[in-house]
Amino acid sequence: MSINRGRLRWQCRRAFLELDLVFARFLERDFDRLTDGQLADLEDLLRCEDHELWAMVNGSEPCGNDRWKEMIGLLRQQ
Amino acid sequence: MNVAKRTFDAVIVGAGGAGLRAALQLSESGLKTAVLTKVFPTRSHTVAAQGGVAASLGNTTEDNWHWHMYDTVKGSDWLGDQDAIEFMCRKANEVVVELEHYGMPFDRTDNGKIYQRPFGGHSQNYGQAPVSRSCAAADRTGHAMLHALYQRNVRANTQFFVEWMALDLIRDADGDVLGVTAIEMETGEVCIFHAKATIFATGGAGRIFHSSTNAFINTGDGLGMAARAGIPLEDMEFWQFHPTGVFGAGVLITEGVRGEGGILRNASGERFMERYAPNLKDLASRDVVSRSMVTEINEGRGCGPDKDHVLLDITHLSPETIMKRLPGIREISIQFAGVDPIKAPIPVVPTAHYQMGGIPTNYKGQVVAPKDGNPNAPISGFYAAGECACASVHGANRLGTNSLLDLLVFGKSAGESVVEDFQSGDLSLKPLPADAADVSLARLARLEGQKNGESVFEVGLEMRRTMQKHAGVFRFDNLLKEGVARIKEVAERSRRTEIKDKSKVWNTARTEALELDNLIEVAKATMVSAEARKESRGAHVRDDSPDTAEFPNGRKDNEWLKHTLWYSEGNRLDYKPVTMKPLSQDVEPIALAKRTY
Repeated sequence: MSINRGRLRWQCRRAFLELDLVFARFLERDFDRLTDGQLADLEDLLRCEDHELWAMVNGSEPCGNDRWKEMIGLLRQQ
Repeated sequence: MNVAKRTFDAVIVGAGGAGLRAALQLSESGLKTAVLTKVFPTRSHTVAAQGGVAASLGNTTEDNWHWHMYDTVKGSDWLGDQDAIEFMCRKANEVVVELEHYGMPFDRTDNGKIYQRPFGGHSQNYGQAPVSRSCAAADRTGHAMLHALYQRNVRANTQFFVEWMALDLIRDADGDVLGVTAIEMETGEVCIFHAKATIFATGGAGRIFHSSTNAFINTGDGLGMAARAGIPLEDMEFWQFHPTGVFGAGVLITEGVRGEGGILRNASGERFMERYAPNLKDLASRDVVSRSMVTEINEGRGCGPDKDHVLLDITHLSPETIMKRLPGIREISIQFAGVDPIKAPIPVVPTAHYQMGGIPTNYKGQVVAPKDGNPNAPISGFYAAGECACASVHGANRLGTNSLLDLLVFGKSAGESVVEDFQSGDLSLKPLPADAADVSLARLARLEGQKNGESVFEVGLEMRRTMQKHAGVFRFDNLLKEGVARIKEVAERSRRTEIKDKSKVWNTARTEALELDNLIEVAKATMVSAEARKESRGAHVRDDSPDTAEFPNGRKDNEWLKHTLWYSEGNRLDYKPVTMKPLSQDVEPIALAKRTY
């Protein structure tokens, strides 16, 4: 079954502002171009706790899962 | 139209700290409880709270609740209700210890007790010395609290409706509250949640401002629903701002940056704080720094093409110092200002942080409104807690760590009140009016059918800019008057929003349009209430009400020691007295005094 883009778009709403801003940029710039495979990676990444996610995005913690690396890279891009 | 109906003993809207604490009280009492939440509970904005939760446990330094009560009344600039403040401070130890028993991983002292640290505004012996009153779990107190409460709710069989958005409050001809309508994002279906008790715990609405530390989720849904249902909003002119938010993003730059030697500069590079606070300069108190920044901008000395911000400069610090002491701030600046602060200064403006006002409640968490001469008549079936509610414990200004305490104490208290009202037979499942869902269906139909309408983004942007300019951290009579006219225009535009995407399933454009309906109610309440209050008090600081011998800090108790009540219909204002009498006979009221630190 294919992943609903609207659901993932909504689940990019996070608990604090820093992540909301990073995801807003990502949704505007990258989201519509993602392949089904990339969407599945994003879905997996979105299950992370927000503090862990932010630490990976801001570079204070390494990304521990190969599957997330591409998405973290896109989120970090300015 | 036929609308599906679900029936519960209680429905709670919002699954942050207050909603989860209230839900726990109900579920553990055996009530059939539904919690509606736009996002997964542990992704609520409570996660962002870092500071800690206040309780006079006295584990590190001597402490007692009388001192905490004094600090809170003083912090509120005497606008807080002393019965609710006594209640909160007396209950603090109980709710914190309970949380500990739920598995909250508080930091510990060497002998195993909850470690406590000092926090601004909290004191020993009525302002004599700082006290260690904040109980924290590293810098993730809110996160740990939500997880502990969520797990406990799962154990208690609380039923969660995740990714549901509540739309409107249902009231009958008596004005009693019978539940809410809500939309399931996954299907776009509207459903009535019919309940004997309804608790709102929807958090704040910081997104009304252009510069805000609040997450996108904080759209004041509970406040919008209450206002549309004819319930007043209390003290909405009082918003706490932080002086240094990243311009255009709102993200907080901690005071620690100025502590490390950061300097605020205007367009000509001048260190302007030397003029406003010759001794403390950039390290003056938050309100002084915020007002100075706004004065620089208002007088044309702001930076950038629109002269709408100032600069926070740390380029004179060594790169090693910045990398070592301020690594998080460097990353925030690079991410959100596009500036490496080692090389160039960070653009900053004051940023909205916390909403002191809200849906009026008493200390039991019952929503109250004026009726038949009683300014605080409970509305049957309706309760509220946390940032969306106004008990009022924060009055005109909140102390740090009192917000997490507020949501624990009043979340629990609202839950207890429901259980008591349930057991005493005061709550029953009243029949739904035939038109229970009509308002919501009409709103959705209007949005669906709107042609040649306004963009949700553009109207939202205009609202946020209007609020920032006209009702920001430092307020001016002419700007407020203009602001009232402008926000009414924006509100008119918001009635004609149009969305291009009409799909039913996971339609985020529709969700955002519905959120804007709520935000605009809060924006009107804030602007109209702020324009009317002709004094300075706590976080509401007016240029035309300065500190004088007659009116210390610009506060005018003879005329303005009262709560504002704003009604959506006609933007009508009413006022009610502040409760100066504590809850218990043997507790002395905290007498009015000038608020100085």
